[in-house]
Amino acid sequence: MRELKILAVVLFFTGVIYYGVEPYAHAQMHKHVEGTEFKYENLKEVEKGNASNGEQLVMSNCTACHAISAKGMTAPMDAVMSAATYGVNPPDLSNVGSIFDAKYLAAFIANPAKAANVSHKFVGGKSHPMPSYNWMQPAEIADMVAFLQSIAKHDLTPKEVFTDACGRCHANRYDNKVMGEKWTQIGQKPKFKYEKDSLAFDIKVIEYQDSLIKYMGKLPPDLSMIIRARGHHFLETFIENPQSQLAGTAMPAVGLTEESFEKVMQHLENIGDPSKPTRDSMGVWFLLYLAVFTIFAVLWKKSVWKKLH
Amino acid sequence: MAHFDETAKPFSEQWLDDRLGVRTLRRVLAEEYWIPKDINFLWAMGMILAVTFGILIITGIFLVMYYKPDTVLAFDSVNYTIMQEVGYGWLFRHMHGVAASVVFLLIYIHMFTGIYYGSYKQGREMIWISGMLLFVTFSAEAFSGYMLPWGQMSYWAGMVITNLFSLGSLEMNGIVEWIRGDYVPGDAYLTRFFMLHVFLLPLVIIGVIVLHFGSLRIPHVNNQEGEIIDFDEEATKYLSGNTKDAKIIRFQWDFLSKDFMVMAFFLIFFFYLVFYHYDFAMDPVNFDPADGLKTPAHIYPEWYFLWSYEILRPFSKDIGLMAFGFSQVIFMLLPFLDRSPNAIPAHKRGIFFIWFWALLIDMIVLSVMGKVPPEGSFTTIGLVAALTFIGLWVILPIITKFEKKA
Repeated sequence: MRELKILAVVLFFTGVIYYGVEPYAHAQMHKHVEGTEFKYENLKEVEKGNASNGEQLVMSNCTACHAISAKGMTAPMDAVMSAATYGVNPPDLSNVGSIFDAKYLAAFIANPAKAANVSHKFVGGKSHPMPSYNWMQPAEIADMVAFLQSIAKHDLTPKEVFTDACGRCHANRYDNKVMGEKWTQIGQKPKFKYEKDSLAFDIKVIEYQDSLIKYMGKLPPDLSMIIRARGHHFLETFIENPQSQLAGTAMPAVGLTEESFEKVMQHLENIGDPSKPTRDSMGVWFLLYLAVFTIFAVLWKKSVWKKLH
Repeated sequence: MAHFDETAKPFSEQWLDDRLGVRTLRRVLAEEYWIPKDINFLWAMGMILAVTFGILIITGIFLVMYYKPDTVLAFDSVNYTIMQEVGYGWLFRHMHGVAASVVFLLIYIHMFTGIYYGSYKQGREMIWISGMLLFVTFSAEAFSGYMLPWGQMSYWAGMVITNLFSLGSLEMNGIVEWIRGDYVPGDAYLTRFFMLHVFLLPLVIIGVIVLHFGSLRIPHVNNQEGEIIDFDEEATKYLSGNTKDAKIIRFQWDFLSKDFMVMAFFLIFFFYLVFYHYDFAMDPVNFDPADGLKTPAHIYPEWYFLWSYEILRPFSKDIGLMAFGFSQVIFMLLPFLDRSPNAIPAHKRGIFFIWFWALLIDMIVLSVMGKVPPEGSFTTIGLVAALTFIGLWVILPIITKFEKKA
């Protein structure tokens, strides 16, 4: 009985100090940002558009910069040249219809800097590399969104979503397991046979990164370990609206759907914390083993102490 | 040459006893190493600490096989090679990281048990002093180990702590550069802290553990009531078969079987943390690679250093350093600051009982204030708690001097 009282005292003070230095202190250090579950309620609803009309508009307005590989359209320039021209390589539009929220897509086409919440970057004569299409009728923009949705694949892998949503600004050097050496901003670095080719690729990456630094102000971080460095809630609210967590950041609000966000998180976990599934399942067995071990330890102690009491 | 049995077979017990005295050793160190019977589970903390230190050594040996002490390679060798490529490397790292934090929880429980039951006086001074030496060496071990993953917190905590050695307004920056081997934490710094962490400090720790165990043998372990036991008389009782009435038990296996049981419960708790609740010990900030151009918004030490960090923080630079120095040595002096003639539990010592809980609560308040941002009322609470800490130690000799002999 006395031992239980002592144990209660020890556990109580351990609990108090844990609560104080972990949940409590962290709540004081980081202001709480409420998530909006990727609903984009501040953006206007998009009417149902006409995809075939949208196709014509997209072909005549977008393909000068963007590839649409789903329609066999290649990009007019390679990634390095594109970044030198625009600051960052414009995305392939094949799957944007499923990766990004429809309301966000429409708002982005109308005014990219505003939708991405990065207007503060484009002052003093600077403008977003993608022009605003707010001279178009909302119905026309809705048609383009309808077209982009009609060509998009809906069963994208976590890595495909990451590639389009994050991978043109962020390297991910631990992503080297399936093929090639590592994920760079210009794609997966292949395994080259000759050192010379490998170095030539690295130079292209550096050239791309130099353009990116000029455009973003600094090189966006490699995301290999970000899943362990930031909590789920931080990443969720940061990706929804980067300004809410880091005012003034150059990172745009990306406009992911909730499903795409979960896929991005899945990819980050696959790359940064691949042992998690094993950890979760193996832990149970460890604890079960120790529970049995404890039963035997208690019985042994009892048998030894029988002669003492 | 002393008498020995020439017929004994090599490596038989008799043969070994003639040469190494194994029977005497077993009797003195295990079977007739008497421990009081009137103890509770807190008396098992010593062995649990030894087990946790064992976990740290074994996991550390495996980690050091893959770790690269180089500012370019260190981060990836930990977070990629060990966490992803090495089979169960993640398990070894989690065990190492969590054990490093939990070992301090155990040390604090062990320390406060000693303070509560008065186990640092009347012959037990060297136990306390060697124990506090272990606290200091474990602190150095923890700090040097925290540098190794070369994350943001490694770098910036290293920057802040090594800066303390400039001794405030004395501006002895030469010492700081000498410790770092550079103007800022860099490759020389990482490599030397690696050496300290995996070689010199563990060696010192093992030596001091031997001293700590040895210092315990002659004065014997204290008991729950602070009763003075005649160990010879009780030993006769025990050995004559009257084990029920004897006030003592054998170290092996009476005492160890209880340690073993408490250890089993502890391991459940420990492995739960290793698998499911490790962020408190493996700060997420340290999963960002070290960047000397990007100071993190909040720099704080691991939880077990927070109370002394908060004694440094609320004061001006020089006074803060002096207060910090005070907090580092004062525990060592406890046996001499406690002037009471009694070596009994705190609840029988009147005002000392209040002093004990005041100290414990004050150190928890300091720990919490050491982590939250130093703003608004937190600064005031931290300052009051730091002054309270110093005040408590100043009044200790006075309140204990007037304590009546029990």
